[in-house]
Amino acid sequence: MKSNWLLSAALGATALTFASAAPAAAATKFEFWYGLSGDLSERVQEMCSRFNASQADYEIVCVSQENYENNLQNTIAAFRANKQPTVTQISDGGVVDLMLSGAFLPVKQLMEENGYTIDWSNYFSGIASYFSTSKGELLAMPFNSSTAMYYYNTDALKAVGFDGLPETWEQVEDVARKMKAAGYACPIAFDPTGQWQWWEQFSAIHNQPIASKGNGYGGLDAEVEFNKGKFVQQLAWFKKMFDEGLMVHKSKAAGQTANEAFTAGDCQMTSSSIADHGSFSKQAKDGVHWDVAMLPIWAGTERHNSLVGGAALWTLKGKSAEEYKGAAAFYNFIAQPAEVQHWSTITGYIPVTNSGFESMKAAGFYDAAPYKGRELAIKSLTFTPVGEYTRGVRLGNFGAVRKEIQNAMQAVLFDGVDPQKALDDAATRSNEVLRKFEQTYKGQQLP
Amino acid sequence: MERRAVYRNKVLPWLLIGPQLLLVLVFFYWPTSQALYWAFTLEQPWGGGNLWAGLDNFLYIFRDDRYWGTVLRSGFYALAATGLSMLVALTLASFVDRALKGTKLFQSVFIWPYAIAAPAAGVAFRFIFSPEAGLVGAINDIWPGVWDPATNGIHALAMVIVCHAWLGIGYNFVFFLAALQMIPRSINEAGAMDGARPFRRMLDLQLPLIAPTAFFLLIMNIISSFTDSFGLIDTMTEGGPIGQTEVMVYKIYVDGFKGLDYSGAAAQSIILMLLVIGLTFIQFKWVERRVHYN
Repeated sequence: MKSNWLLSAALGATALTFASAAPAAAATKFEFWYGLSGDLSERVQEMCSRFNASQADYEIVCVSQENYENNLQNTIAAFRANKQPTVTQISDGGVVDLMLSGAFLPVKQLMEENGYTIDWSNYFSGIASYFSTSKGELLAMPFNSSTAMYYYNTDALKAVGFDGLPETWEQVEDVARKMKAAGYACPIAFDPTGQWQWWEQFSAIHNQPIASKGNGYGGLDAEVEFNKGKFVQQLAWFKKMFDEGLMVHKSKAAGQTANEAFTAGDCQMTSSSIADHGSFSKQAKDGVHWDVAMLPIWAGTERHNSLVGGAALWTLKGKSAEEYKGAAAFYNFIAQPAEVQHWSTITGYIPVTNSGFESMKAAGFYDAAPYKGRELAIKSLTFTPVGEYTRGVRLGNFGAVRKEIQNAMQAVLFDGVDPQKALDDAATRSNEVLRKFEQTYKGQQLP
Repeated sequence: MERRAVYRNKVLPWLLIGPQLLLVLVFFYWPTSQALYWAFTLEQPWGGGNLWAGLDNFLYIFRDDRYWGTVLRSGFYALAATGLSMLVALTLASFVDRALKGTKLFQSVFIWPYAIAAPAAGVAFRFIFSPEAGLVGAINDIWPGVWDPATNGIHALAMVIVCHAWLGIGYNFVFFLAALQMIPRSINEAGAMDGARPFRRMLDLQLPLIAPTAFFLLIMNIISSFTDSFGLIDTMTEGGPIGQTEVMVYKIYVDGFKGLDYSGAAAQSIILMLLVIGLTFIQFKWVERRVHYN
């Protein structure tokens, strides 16, 4: 009966949202739902205002749905009730479900039909490979892209006599140990729900398969393989670090998130998105000095490119030609070099085009604080050309697989479950999810 | 002799119950029929097609030991939260019933928790029980690491159950107090004259006489713990750590809305619905009988 309650609540919320959107007056109104909140949400609202001020034909109405997960849920509920927004922001994890649904208009087609020429080859290949078909046709408009980085408190590094920034996990372990000995209570902040940086990105830069068939790109019958590679040892290492108090559990449930612990100076290292570079600058307590680096790798392994994170803008089916014209105009607006540069500056998300990055580099943007270090995200993303296991992850209901990894990491850390066993269990369950997904889309191919 | 008021007009009654029927139809029967349909098919998350799956969704659930884990957990949750809530409410009610000083004030004060929305209470209790900052967390200063609902599933479950029980006290209190005040004073006074102390009178006189109310409350509390636990768990633990506070209703939400497995979630909600219908049925049967007996 609860589901009925939930369903009606969802429908009610949707109805309310639309009741507040008055019918179009002179300009064509269309909606854009996004999954960012707080500071980043305000930046999106400013972008929407700039677009509205820049022309008189269209009016974009931007609605925050708090986070990617909520936005995906609400967009699906709205789509099923035929009340969907024209544009919605869907992150990496929701791509496959949307791809197979056929509920969207490919961005390339949309822009061509509305007479805009966009140089698609200008977009970073890592971004393109996550959001395009196997034939290379881009399906969604690249919007906010990031990758995982490693953040250090430079005062703590100095205190233990480390010059520069660590590059390997061996060095990280070493400085963590020294920090502990020097009296730092929390050398590394670890959030077991941060599977994106601690698991997905680890797998990519060490070129470890997350799933067979090239992380699922080869077909819906792919099986997960994360329980067979280096991540098993990595999880055992997390456990060792956790037990020695070198990694400390920081999460929403613990009362302080890893990011909060880092900016407050309570923890000296953390791993997070490059998109947090901007907010770290703002939120770091007085006297906390920090720097950012590419994710560490194990000595003796070859570094590969990291995965692109963040989200892209998808144009949903079932809207009028006028609204699509508005969406195309909006995409064209955010693709302008000035806008790309502004968005990247105020947030920390990477400039999504090669030319955007080059022009920012040429202008000296990355040379001085507070933006110095952000270029390392591009370096990380383009370290090697994207390969079979570094172009992305294409698994159905990937959110459920991520949840299994979160559970496995928590079970190992908190309940002392053997890492191999925890990951084997997670793999078995993940494969069940994938098989069920394959059944649901029986006979369909990944585009 | 049976007396009935009968409407002569055939249309008016339908008009009168029309709005209510419409509400029930739109907000209950329609979603239920959808859930029933999805439970027997494989539903694509974005809509646009589904395949007949027969009993596969149910078999899949019944084979899953994690599902049985949530069933056991729901059972434990129901008994613990109900027991705790009713015991405290009964104690408070019997004190208020004895007309001690300040009874009038307590009569209304004890009902207040019922007026608090579960998510709001959840946020407050999450703070109270927070291992690092909260009031209860202060015991970590004495014995470090003794209380940690963020990593310990048992602590987390206990925290949610206490909060759930606290929310239910007001409701239970009102019913218990009303039931106690229905008992003729003379019975109690006769007991007292025979030398029975208050606790003895409670056990031998009052409890048997309020048994129908207690039974009604038992069923209502159990049903509420199956369904209303959602708001609390979502604000307090989100099912964690390691899914150790996932009860049946929360697993439906996680599988359906977060995991996008609409069919699996629909099948689970059908099972939960049958369970609640069963409990309601028992309650009607039993309460009816007791009423006639009295």
